[in-house]
Amino acid sequence: MGESTIFNEMLTADGKPRAPYRRLAEWFDTLSPAEMRKKSREAETIFRRLGITFAVYGTSEATERLIPFDIVPRVLSASEWRRLSAGIDQRVRALNAFLYDIYHRQEIVRAGRVPAELILQNEAFLPEMIGFTPARRVYAHIIGTDLVRVGEDDFYVLEDNTRTPSGVSYMLENRETMMRMFPELFQQNRVAPIEHYPDMLRETLESVAPENCDGDPTVCILTPGIYNSAYFEHAFLADTMGVELCEARDLYVEDGKVWMRTTQSPQRVHVIYRRIDDAFLDPLTFRPDSMLGVPGLFDAYRAGNVTICNAPGTGIADDKAIYAYVPDIIEFYTGQKPILKNVPTWNCAKPDDLAYVLDRLPELVVKEVHGSGGYGMLIGPTASKREIAEFSKRLNANPANYIAQPTLALSACPTHVQSGLAPRHVDLRPYVLVGDKVRITPGGLTRVALKKGSLVVNSSQGGGTKDTWVLED
Amino acid sequence: MLGRTAASLFWTSRYNERAENMARLLEVGYRIAMTPRLGQDAADDWRSTLVSAGCDQAFFKKHDELTKRSVVAHMLFDPDNPSSVRSCIEAARNNARSVRTAITGEMWESLNTTYIDFMEVRPQHMTDDKLPGFLTWIKQRSMLFRGAMLGTLMRDEGYHFSQFGCFIERADNTSRILDVKYWILLPDNEVVGGELDRYQWSTILRSVSAHRSYRHAYRDAQIRPFNIAEFLILRKEMPRSLAYCYDWISESMDSLTARYGEQPMSYDMAKRTYQLLDGTTMQQVFQSGLHEFLGDMIARNNGLGAQLAADYHFA
Repeated sequence: MGESTIFNEMLTADGKPRAPYRRLAEWFDTLSPAEMRKKSREAETIFRRLGITFAVYGTSEATERLIPFDIVPRVLSASEWRRLSAGIDQRVRALNAFLYDIYHRQEIVRAGRVPAELILQNEAFLPEMIGFTPARRVYAHIIGTDLVRVGEDDFYVLEDNTRTPSGVSYMLENRETMMRMFPELFQQNRVAPIEHYPDMLRETLESVAPENCDGDPTVCILTPGIYNSAYFEHAFLADTMGVELCEARDLYVEDGKVWMRTTQSPQRVHVIYRRIDDAFLDPLTFRPDSMLGVPGLFDAYRAGNVTICNAPGTGIADDKAIYAYVPDIIEFYTGQKPILKNVPTWNCAKPDDLAYVLDRLPELVVKEVHGSGGYGMLIGPTASKREIAEFSKRLNANPANYIAQPTLALSACPTHVQSGLAPRHVDLRPYVLVGDKVRITPGGLTRVALKKGSLVVNSSQGGGTKDTWVLED
Repeated sequence: MLGRTAASLFWTSRYNERAENMARLLEVGYRIAMTPRLGQDAADDWRSTLVSAGCDQAFFKKHDELTKRSVVAHMLFDPDNPSSVRSCIEAARNNARSVRTAITGEMWESLNTTYIDFMEVRPQHMTDDKLPGFLTWIKQRSMLFRGAMLGTLMRDEGYHFSQFGCFIERADNTSRILDVKYWILLPDNEVVGGELDRYQWSTILRSVSAHRSYRHAYRDAQIRPFNIAEFLILRKEMPRSLAYCYDWISESMDSLTARYGEQPMSYDMAKRTYQLLDGTTMQQVFQSGLHEFLGDMIARNNGLGAQLAADYHFA
């Protein structure tokens, strides 16, 4: 994978700006390196003052850190976005249909399109959900679809995050910061607004209130608390939606219904946007040692008295072993060809695939089936011989725990670094809401690998973020 | 509103107020240390600073000797002292952080900036020349938060819980400052009031930022202990007096209970203290005993805080 094959989103091979970036490139040419450094520092100060931080696990000091923010926005044209959003729409509808099916008649298994053991023996499959139908048959209400780009029209879906995708607050705050610092850019470019995301989120959550809810539904966010890495985001979303931010101790179940402890009489809760994992929802149903959960919550849920978003058991839809079947899943439920491509994936549980993967480790990316956050993965092209040897041992010891994919030449966007502007690899996470209808915010969160040549964009591994623009026609 | 939210709003304000009071007490202690001694022991003055701040016990657990350096370190920076400015700022911020949804961005940013900047200060660099500026900064940051709250926070229930936290803490602080030196305020002292007493009297006024306003209120060249006690206990125009604090608490009680349509125990408790302060003269206070009166006020204050927590499900 040479440098020449990397798609640069701002510049064409002959050094001219691509159409969506034209005005932006002109504007950046007028900034001196000193001015750019000053702006970059200014942005950091804004983020720190606002307290937009995340916690890093495993570090005792500096538990709150900033995610580095890059002042150069990433730009998508209206037509590029139309295709992407149509593909995302198709994908999230199919995944929700899939979830309904596997927790009911399992037609897709009967049809032989997805192997039964892949579902029944999957840790992410929740037998407690079998036969239960959530409001509007929606399971995954809030989804972050991770996309990468390798060419002008070449986008791939890397992951469907159907559990509790995070990062949307960065998307919103990045835009606020850009508008505050560079108002002139927004006068020159017609950038689609994103500030209505919290309204759409609230509409979505209210639309899936239990059927027995009369009057306006009460929505709350359930957070593990201030020491959670994404606490800032939980507070941010509760604040911008105008709903309560609850910890488990603020909620209890009585008469099969969920209540908030308030300064006055208890208040019934209809919809819980939970930001805690399935296992910690309810100590009576799941982990008895959980301090985070609400005893009896799952029974209230199954009784149809409260909606939990996302539904328990949605993790099966973004399982890395299921991922390879998503194109089939789309065809099976929508009858259409997938608009967005999947990355070719080898499932190491299959002996043939494993042999192929072991043979080509230096070229491949290998991931843990249940891993996330960029931990526990191997990036063949940048790994040392020793790392590869060690990884192949682990792979042999537990092949079913891994999948492998070709190393994609992720597109690069100009990014402000020490020496000025330089291309750095990026991905994109658009945020999708599914309720009475599918709502997609134009753009999403662009994550950028700040280290030269690095393909890992995770914030826990030194990645940063950028404001993401979708230009209007 | 969640009970936990109400509690956090209460404590955010309370700790913010306490940080300011700590800085003010240190300012006075520092001033005493700069004034030529009047036959007094320097350690004694630092001791009364610690007692006024309510951190004497925590101090002597860690230190044997009373020095300016050790007291300053204890009251400003010691994380083991729950009332140190550092602990107050941290606790205020943690409480605010857990109710980000219930406070405004301006309130949060003022607290968060205070926290970030305070944590960058190294205790060993806090030399004598820097201390006065630093104490001023702490007071200003606290006032900025309060200003942000008064200027931006919705006048709903959360606002009232914030007010309770602020004024219960302030009333507690004023009661303690008076009680530590109550004997120099007794009327029979006035006759014998020497150099030392006058000096102590002005110290009390300074510790509540009232040495100027006292002159305006009483238009008297002499500082009189009777007037000081009246000024800090009964005068409603003095913003750190007990009467003022309970005036505000009582008003917030009215609004909150009208909003909720219920008057729990804490309402009666607040009203009784308010009426006591409203209907009493200084003569009566002195007759019943100043020390006893102040001790009763401190107990009433604590009781009100606990009853609010019970009535509004702070747990």
